[in-house]
Amino acid sequence: METKEMIKINQLNKSFGDLHVLKDINMTVLESDVVCLIGASGSGKSTLLRCLNFLEKKDNGEIIIEGNEVDPGTDNLNKIRERVGMVFQHFNLFPHKTVLENIIEAPIMVKGVNKEEAIFKAKQLLKKVGLEDKSDVYPSKLSGGQKQRVAIARALAMEPDIMLFDEPTSALDPELVGEVLTTMKELAEEGMTMVVVTHEMGFAREVADWIVYMHDGKIIERGNPEQFFNHPKEERTQEFLKTTMLK
Amino acid sequence: MPSFSHFFHILTDTKGVFIKAMLLTLELTAVSIIIGIAIGLFFALLKISKIKILELISDTYVYLVRGTPLIVQIFILYFGISGIFLLPDFWAASLALALHNGAYISEILRGAIQAVDKGQMEAGRSLGMTKALALRRIILPQAFRRALPPLGNQFIISLKDSSLAAFISMNELFNVATTLGSNNFDEMTYLLIVAVYYLLLVALMTFVVNRFELKLAVSDR
Repeated sequence: METKEMIKINQLNKSFGDLHVLKDINMTVLESDVVCLIGASGSGKSTLLRCLNFLEKKDNGEIIIEGNEVDPGTDNLNKIRERVGMVFQHFNLFPHKTVLENIIEAPIMVKGVNKEEAIFKAKQLLKKVGLEDKSDVYPSKLSGGQKQRVAIARALAMEPDIMLFDEPTSALDPELVGEVLTTMKELAEEGMTMVVVTHEMGFAREVADWIVYMHDGKIIERGNPEQFFNHPKEERTQEFLKTTMLK
Repeated sequence: MPSFSHFFHILTDTKGVFIKAMLLTLELTAVSIIIGIAIGLFFALLKISKIKILELISDTYVYLVRGTPLIVQIFILYFGISGIFLLPDFWAASLALALHNGAYISEILRGAIQAVDKGQMEAGRSLGMTKALALRRIILPQAFRRALPPLGNQFIISLKDSSLAAFISMNELFNVATTLGSNNFDEMTYLLIVAVYYLLLVALMTFVVNRFELKLAVSDR
């Protein structure tokens, strides 16, 4: 059986005013793929990710999600976003809601799941991310790593087909990065389709199926981790890897 | 200055009439706050709609209300509108106060809504929420909480502003005090008494707002 194309991007362009941040991007993500987008800040990788669930509007080009081209003008973006979960750098948990309320909010209000079922599911997800004892706590009481794991559980509660991660560990203290990466790794092993913007080269090397290196709004190189890290073809990639690996 | 015993004597003697006036003051204030919040929220949402014409409507409303004295607004509603259709005194005063409050409350709420981190709306949208749902469930609860201290301030101002209803002969606290004061040639005593009633009401209002703040602050603990 042919593997399903979860995301396909054709000739995507995006500008902020005079700044051309995405230049003719082409990319395909197959089912169960883990794709890591890497590159210096300002290279356009976060913007690309945000275009995938239409938090940013593309200027032109095609974005095809699970076989259907999405036209932001006419399609119901909310329906698509239900299937594309997103985890943010700064967690963006709802501070006025407890951990449990954060997780059940969208399933109940958006999908119309009944409350008992949503709570049951939420508790399972909390167990999965190792926070079953935190369900009645407010986000302000959690560490950064715990917040991010709740954010992952919150996105998973909508049962998405694709998960997007926008620098999920960049705002964390170094000792908290591991717990979040472990959760993400487990998710990858379960076969979740994931697109991850990250600076964690160790994670990319270990978990990714594909690495995509972006520079100045363009995709410079892509390859599997072995190829990419050990035998980068492009000069710019080699330079980038040299500077990041020194850190 | 009146002597203390004289002051307390009059205070006790006039208890009934002042409590009645106090209830009217409370009613005027409560109605003007409740309608004022609805008006304020409406115009705050227009202002953040990012639709030029709606923003302009909101700006114009705020400008007109903030640009004219409350007493002028009360008289316009009392004399002007009454000429077209008869507005009972109570509603002329309450609506004028509500429209007046609404302008200030809309600015308070607009500021509070805009102060909520934009990642909150993005998180809501990324979970498939419509803008309206995210606004109602995610943004507004946080904005209200942030707005509570300045809102409390505004509520106290509107309580005291309700004294202007005296000028369209509503028998609220201030009117009762000045009337009794001049009838008895004892203005100072009655003004001091009415000050005590206002202080009591403000204390009560402060207490309620503080309790509400504490209740909403539960997520910080």
